Amino acid sequence: MASEAPIECSIVVESKPSALTEPCQQILSAMAEKGFNQDDVFAVHLALEEAFLNAVKHGNKMDPEKTVTVAYLIDHEKVDIRLTDEGEGFTPGSVPDPRFGENLYRPEGRGLLLINAYMHLVEYNKQGNALHLVRFKDTPLTEQGEAASA
Amino acid sequence: MAAIQPRISVEYTDDATIVAFTDEKILEDVDVRALQESIEAVIEQAGKVHLVLDFRHVRFLSSAVLGLLIRISKRVHEQGGQLRLCNIHPGIYEVFKITRLTNVFDIYEDVDSAAQSFSGPS
Repeated sequence: MASEAPIECSIVVESKPSALTEPCQQILSAMAEKGFNQDDVFAVHLALEEAFLNAVKHGNKMDPEKTVTVAYLIDHEKVDIRLTDEGEGFTPGSVPDPRFGENLYRPEGRGLLLINAYMHLVEYNKQGNALHLVRFKDTPLTEQGEAASA
Repeated sequence: MAAIQPRISVEYTDDATIVAFTDEKILEDVDVRALQESIEAVIEQAGKVHLVLDFRHVRFLSSAVLGLLIRISKRVHEQGGQLRLCNIHPGIYEVFKITRLTNVFDIYEDVDSAAQSFSGPS
């Protein structure tokens, strides 16, 4: 019988892609413990990878002096993740839609689209350096690529 | 130094060159770079290649891999070749649909149908 108490933690990690391994494993294990299905696990894993890579590459610009904070809370209803980098932030609306025109043939620029497609809530702070992600258990998403975003 | 693990397997048939990804998860930049180098070596060697990328083992990938596929596709076409993808797990196929890369790549059910497509009417 799974515990009723939410699982929560906050971890500060280095600005390198491989630094996500530990917090990611923790989050996916906690999801399994709380009874999330494989689709939910896939979705959170993908969104987390994309968001963390953005934080490291575009936020902290791979600066080894900077860190990324990964905070999460997982209960029987949802996965709630907050990623904060030490970069200057960005405006999500300024990122071109990779599904159209020449963008379709560019090798990069699909991370935000996938995050929006797989999470129920995608919310940035005003500066654009902190991202709040939520996925609810066993809950269908709206039109792909058009999940709630702010 | 860590040992370099095999990232792809390569099989040559009459119709095509079949490259299968051997990892279940393809995530990090180093993985993607290693894959790109390995596959580009196959393309360079083959010249005008009929290339099939087999995803049968892959259960998870990030958008970095989608970028890799775009770069491989360009390289194959530059050399007058053709590219097919196959054996894509439903969860991964959803990623292709969301990004609309289903409009960019020719995706087949399995290796046989992908390889045979090269000899059919274009």
